Amino acid sequence: MNHGTALLWKRRALSSLSATRRGLPKEKMSENGIMSRAKVLTIDTMNPTVKKVEYAVRGPIVQRAVELERELSEGMKKPFAEVIKANIGDAHAMGQQPITFFRQVLALCSYPELLSDSTFPEDAKSRACRILQSCGGNSMGSYSASQGIDSVRQDVARYIERRDGGVACDPDNIYLTTGASDGIVTMLKLLVCGEGTTRTGVMIPIPQYPLYSAALAELGAVQIDYFLNEEKCWSLDITELQRAVNEARQYCNPRALCIINPGNPTGQVQSRQCIEDVIRFAAKERLFLMADEVYQDNVYAEGCQFHSFKKVLFEMGPEYAETVELASFHSTSKCYMGECGFRGGYMEIINMDNEVKDQLTKLLSVRLCPPVPGQALMDLVVNPPQPGEPSYGSFIKERTATLSALAEKAKLTEQVLNTVQGISCNPVQGAMYSFPRITIPEKAVKEATEKGQQPDMFYCMKMLEETGICLVPGSGFGQKDGTYHFRMTILPPTDKLKILLNKVKEFHQRFTQQYS
Amino acid sequence: MSAARMQVLSSRNVRLLSRGRNEVFAGRSGAQRPGGDPRTRSLTCPPLSSSSSPGRALSSLSATRRGLPKEKMSENGIMSRAKVLTIDTMNPTVKKVEYAVRGPIVQRAVELERELSEGMKKPFAEVIKANIGDAHAMGQQPITFFRQVLALCSYPELLSDSTFPEDAKSRACRILQSCGGNSMGSYSASQGIDSVRQDVARYIERRDGGVACDPDNIYLTTGASDGIVTMLKLLVCGEGTTRTGVMIPIPQYPLYSAALAELGAVQIDYFLNEEKCWSLDITELQRAVNEARQYCNPRALCIINPGNPTGQVQSRQCIEDVIRFAAKERLFLMADEVYQDNVYAEGCQFHSFKKVLFEMGPEYAETVELASFHSTSKCYMGECGFRGGYMEIINMDNEVKDQLTKLLSVRLCPPVPGQALMDLVVNPPQPGEPSYGSFIKEKGQQPDMFYCMKMLEETGICLVPGSGFGQKDGTYHFRMTILPPTDKLKILLNKVKEFHQRFTQQYS
Repeated sequence: MNHGTALLWKRRALSSLSATRRGLPKEKMSENGIMSRAKVLTIDTMNPTVKKVEYAVRGPIVQRAVELERELSEGMKKPFAEVIKANIGDAHAMGQQPITFFRQVLALCSYPELLSDSTFPEDAKSRACRILQSCGGNSMGSYSASQGIDSVRQDVARYIERRDGGVACDPDNIYLTTGASDGIVTMLKLLVCGEGTTRTGVMIPIPQYPLYSAALAELGAVQIDYFLNEEKCWSLDITELQRAVNEARQYCNPRALCIINPGNPTGQVQSRQCIEDVIRFAAKERLFLMADEVYQDNVYAEGCQFHSFKKVLFEMGPEYAETVELASFHSTSKCYMGECGFRGGYMEIINMDNEVKDQLTKLLSVRLCPPVPGQALMDLVVNPPQPGEPSYGSFIKERTATLSALAEKAKLTEQVLNTVQGISCNPVQGAMYSFPRITIPEKAVKEATEKGQQPDMFYCMKMLEETGICLVPGSGFGQKDGTYHFRMTILPPTDKLKILLNKVKEFHQRFTQQYS
Repeated sequence: MSAARMQVLSSRNVRLLSRGRNEVFAGRSGAQRPGGDPRTRSLTCPPLSSSSSPGRALSSLSATRRGLPKEKMSENGIMSRAKVLTIDTMNPTVKKVEYAVRGPIVQRAVELERELSEGMKKPFAEVIKANIGDAHAMGQQPITFFRQVLALCSYPELLSDSTFPEDAKSRACRILQSCGGNSMGSYSASQGIDSVRQDVARYIERRDGGVACDPDNIYLTTGASDGIVTMLKLLVCGEGTTRTGVMIPIPQYPLYSAALAELGAVQIDYFLNEEKCWSLDITELQRAVNEARQYCNPRALCIINPGNPTGQVQSRQCIEDVIRFAAKERLFLMADEVYQDNVYAEGCQFHSFKKVLFEMGPEYAETVELASFHSTSKCYMGECGFRGGYMEIINMDNEVKDQLTKLLSVRLCPPVPGQALMDLVVNPPQPGEPSYGSFIKEKGQQPDMFYCMKMLEETGICLVPGSGFGQKDGTYHFRMTILPPTDKLKILLNKVKEFHQRFTQQYS
């Protein structure tokens, strides 16, 4: 994105507000008096819901970071040698290595002539063959079924059964998607209906991953905020859920509850009890449960464990297991794989009405299918090398190294940030981010407000200009009024992360001093 | 050029080609042999359900619930709960969406495939899915060079593998250098990888005889469908008689009607003229837009060229007329050009909307808003599964551009393998490069095809190139019937002789 500072047209016509045009081109007087035509598509005549969409993870601060990178590359002098994009959960961009086995299979699938290449292990070759056999014409270049390649969905179902200690999974409930975002947006789309006070309301955590607010804005659904409890390590409070839904019923029709576990940006890993309580709440309040579980392998803290919503639901017995409508989302972008660029993902849908399922299938068919390389990758993620297989040793080694490095960095981050006066960081129990609370002096808040900026955006922009470190201000995720945060990934390599954290510390001290 | 590749669609050749793929597997030591004909892999769709599971509650029509779960009497008298999400409480616009290319008939085809594989007797041995434009599924082979580069990008260790040509390696390096951490696994910029967009811009400039293309106007997309839907989304606003109307050809590719239904925009049909080879009539466009103005606000005009499903290739004059019409009626032009390389008929030529627009001078070139769409799914590549595509956007308002960028950022980025593939499509092997020869051959311009085409153009004699039948590598043939009456045959043979002498002379 290289037009954060778009070149404005010198002769840009004043935008037209009239909605109906009857034939003749509308002439407009521009700023310099020259008659020129208004465009058909302007800021006033475009889709109004699109204008409401915000997505801070790639928002204005990132556009500025990209500009700075360009300036650096053009030789401009800066107080830093490089821009560090700690704004986005992109592991490979930060130097994390892909899993060798996965890339071998993908290469074999891309160019099957390699099946005669002796440098590839046999298990990679047999996986590739299995995948290719499931593709039309044995080629990754064919469209797959819209729900995703059959054998991959079966493998996903088996993975889920293993993960959930044997709880049955029907492959027919598995939908492969273009990243998890695709599945989440599709489900939200299905749920939206009504008008005014009957308009669909969707409960989302605050702080949240801003895909949710963006999708709800675009769909014109009502966003219902429930606040996670920062004092209790970002835990979820049923009383807070109850408050939120009660209030919301006055002006909309609450129909869905979204939960991100492990959390983004907050990193908390919810307890089993909490998940049970949420399910009970959703059943009572008649809410469709959306469980965003893309960080399910990213659990670091002692005493924390990932409990899948599906498993807990089934363990609560048929009264819940046969009634609560649940969609659970996973992705190839996070965990130990970090294969963001492949856009692989799936959703498992439990207890969905069959007629709605048909509608879902129909809706998905219009976009034909998710990218096949991503589907292939998901197959490997859910069906990795097994003990005894040639690639097992190196696979385990690579996965363990990546996950333990992340755990180490999670702890390091929490430790260092908590040594800074004015920064308070909850334990990073899981996921890939720290979301520390920062104290911003009144003077800075004032200056920010005068500039029309959120105080934490003001803070983060200054940090970017002075250190080259790009973070995302907490206002991009939502936070309790009067509190400020930033989200920073834990992804850079450990030694680099140490340097980063120190720079953040130094900046904060300078900033606090400057505005005291 | 593509006529030779079109031959692959006959069922006999399809079987031959799938056997060919079997041989690829069979020749590999230790690799699993696929059982049976790999092409009859069933594509499973969820079974058609006429009724849902027993005990399903009657759907609830009430819109606001106040706390307590709603109990419902089901068909068999058992109290059970209504679902939260039912056919009556779901998004109403989604229900209006139809997409025939994968609709009910295809679901039935998939069922039949399953029944066949289970041994049920049918009056046919296989189901042939000629419903969808999926070349590889029908046996078309991918371009070797493309797949080599993708393999190198997936697993860069292969850069030290001597079986890969140097040009494939250098392309792969170039792509990887443009990726975060030199990995295809990184998110790219939401608009797409910078260097790929630049390559796309240069491709467009070459294609359009030098008409300038700004890389900043290029957006990589997840197939062309993604770009088309995104543009339509931007355009939709208003209510009732001010609701956005979008003109689409009838017959059309049903992505358009599906997207308009989902977005709640107004579909404005204009009919292509079947009697005149599906040509586009400006008077018909005028009729359509005039009528539409009574009940909506027409704001966009979609045209598919070459056409889907109709296959017509519009003349340059027609394209000019459409541009003039769009300018006069103030319509955003959407040019779906995904089949730009699939032009077969004598006398037909692809004219890009962009090029024609610019050749019409600044009055049009600087004002008409145009989006042009392309894809890696069609043409000679047929790489549907990779979901590669781009759109070029001309004369878009800058504020709207910023909104577009913002909208795209929410979905992060298009699939990187598809972006890499698009890079290769717009930047293929060049004369002199190691892979050029095989690339051209695979693309379909067999030397004997070239020879026969020239003979046809110069003498009117139509023969079939040997490459269509198979021949030893490096040898060329043609097939000619001996059926014409003797005196005519003598004339023919003399013309062939003269042509060959001329041809040999010309290319010596």
